[in-house]
Amino acid sequence: MKPELNEQALLEGLAENNSKAIEIIYKENFNIIQSYILNNNGSYDDARDIFQEAMIALYEKAQTESFVLTCKINTYIYSVCKRLWLKKLQQIGRYNNPLESYEETIQVEEDLEIHEKRNLDFSMMERALSSLGEPCRGLIENFYIKKVSMQDIAKQYGYTNADNAKTQKYKCLMRLKKLFFAQYNIGE
Amino acid sequence: MMDDIQLIQTIERYLEGKMQPEEKAFFEQQRKTVPEIDQMVVEHNMFTHQMEDFAANQRLKYKLHDVHNKLLVEGVITESENINTKAKLVHLWNRYRKVTAIAAVVGGAMALIISGMISYFAPTNKQAIQQLGQEVEKLKQGQRYQGNKINEVVSKMPKDAEVRGGGTGFLIDGKGYIVTNAHVLKGAFFANVYNDGKEYKTKIVFIDNDKDLAVLKIDDKDYTPIKSLPYGIAKHGIELGEEIFTLGYPRNEIVYNVGYLSAKTGYGGDTLSCQIQMSANPGNSGGPLLNKHGEVVGVISTKERQADGVTFAITSKYIFRLIDDIKKLDTSYQRIKLPAYSSIKSADRVNQIKQIEDCVFLIKAYN
Repeated sequence: MKPELNEQALLEGLAENNSKAIEIIYKENFNIIQSYILNNNGSYDDARDIFQEAMIALYEKAQTESFVLTCKINTYIYSVCKRLWLKKLQQIGRYNNPLESYEETIQVEEDLEIHEKRNLDFSMMERALSSLGEPCRGLIENFYIKKVSMQDIAKQYGYTNADNAKTQKYKCLMRLKKLFFAQYNIGE
Repeated sequence: MMDDIQLIQTIERYLEGKMQPEEKAFFEQQRKTVPEIDQMVVEHNMFTHQMEDFAANQRLKYKLHDVHNKLLVEGVITESENINTKAKLVHLWNRYRKVTAIAAVVGGAMALIISGMISYFAPTNKQAIQQLGQEVEKLKQGQRYQGNKINEVVSKMPKDAEVRGGGTGFLIDGKGYIVTNAHVLKGAFFANVYNDGKEYKTKIVFIDNDKDLAVLKIDDKDYTPIKSLPYGIAKHGIELGEEIFTLGYPRNEIVYNVGYLSAKTGYGGDTLSCQIQMSANPGNSGGPLLNKHGEVVGVISTKERQADGVTFAITSKYIFRLIDDIKKLDTSYQRIKLPAYSSIKSADRVNQIKQIEDCVFLIKAYN
């Protein structure tokens, strides 16, 4: 099934982190995923986690240049959620005859492999950041993740001027790099 | 160090394409001749991409979180137990799965059966009981249930109830919200609270084992909400040597105790809690720790086994965090409002206690 035109627009919106697009996809898909997970030994928290994970996977897919979704958004999300949830059930040893569903699903194994690889990278960054300590972590997060300007960061942390804060930020960045690559080498 | 920083700055400018042509040509020449610089450029490029991806991932997560909460508030999606009674039992099951052993659940199922049998003979509850019986069956079948309100199950304390533990709790909102320690409720499915000879049924709202805090809500028609609580809950910490007091139920009667803050951190430097010099007994767990103005500054939690009189309390700012967490998880608790001001600041201790004791409850947790 080919995606419809507005579906393509939604995906482009998602790739740009557009709130409206995210909200529409969320609205149209969350409830069905929630009831699938609640009826399959899951909790509300599980439903939210799994659904958001699928949204992230879809986002990553939408970002690749060669991206074409060969099915409808809801089929894709449903397939990913189902795959993720069954895997989780297996991990916690509660995989006994899960509910069969009659919804259409597609193969998502390859996408999820890529997604998991990325999650691994992110967790390395997360670990590096958390062993960085304050105020380094805050400086880096404010500048690179929250995109706060150097002036505001200097004010917030009480540096006398933006240049000093910037020097500090570079020092932190170098430490972070070290921490990150150290894991990378072990991980490889 | 300074040179390294300059080098990174240069590499960044190069990667961002901010160099003038001559500078760029010079830098590229450098890259070719000095392999270390070349290596640094590659490394930095890779790292910046990783950071950018990570940042984008974080921003998306925040956004998903916001959208989720927005849709919850708008009622487009729902996680509320009150609206979706079907899912309630599932929700409770999952909540308890996290905090109790499987054995406790089996015990709980037994309690459900027992309470079902007892109320079976009470005509008013007949319908609820039958639905309940189904619930228990389904619980056994592997938790694939269609639920009904569990409140109706709680409505009678079973005669054969096995009391799992107890302690003290105190109101944080006159509507009937009580804070206590998570360990007071350990292994229990239900909890009743007592004050001045009266018994009230409660609903367990939230258990946070990390903070060792839990919230109950009095769910009983005999309870009259209190318009305003005498004490406020302090956002600030306490100072060393500051005098503090508590009310609690180390036995079935309320007991007053006094002490002082001896250290700003708890056992082994734990920053969640503080250390107080005061003799406390097991039933004191969950009791309010108050300063001389009658402000709640903490929740009594544990004591050191080896040393007498060394007691630990969770500082009150974690009550605020706990309530924030609850509100995030479930919008039906948006109306919880923590008291900010103490109205007994200038009262003498005897009168302070008189007013506070109405808000401090004995808790019995049972299955």
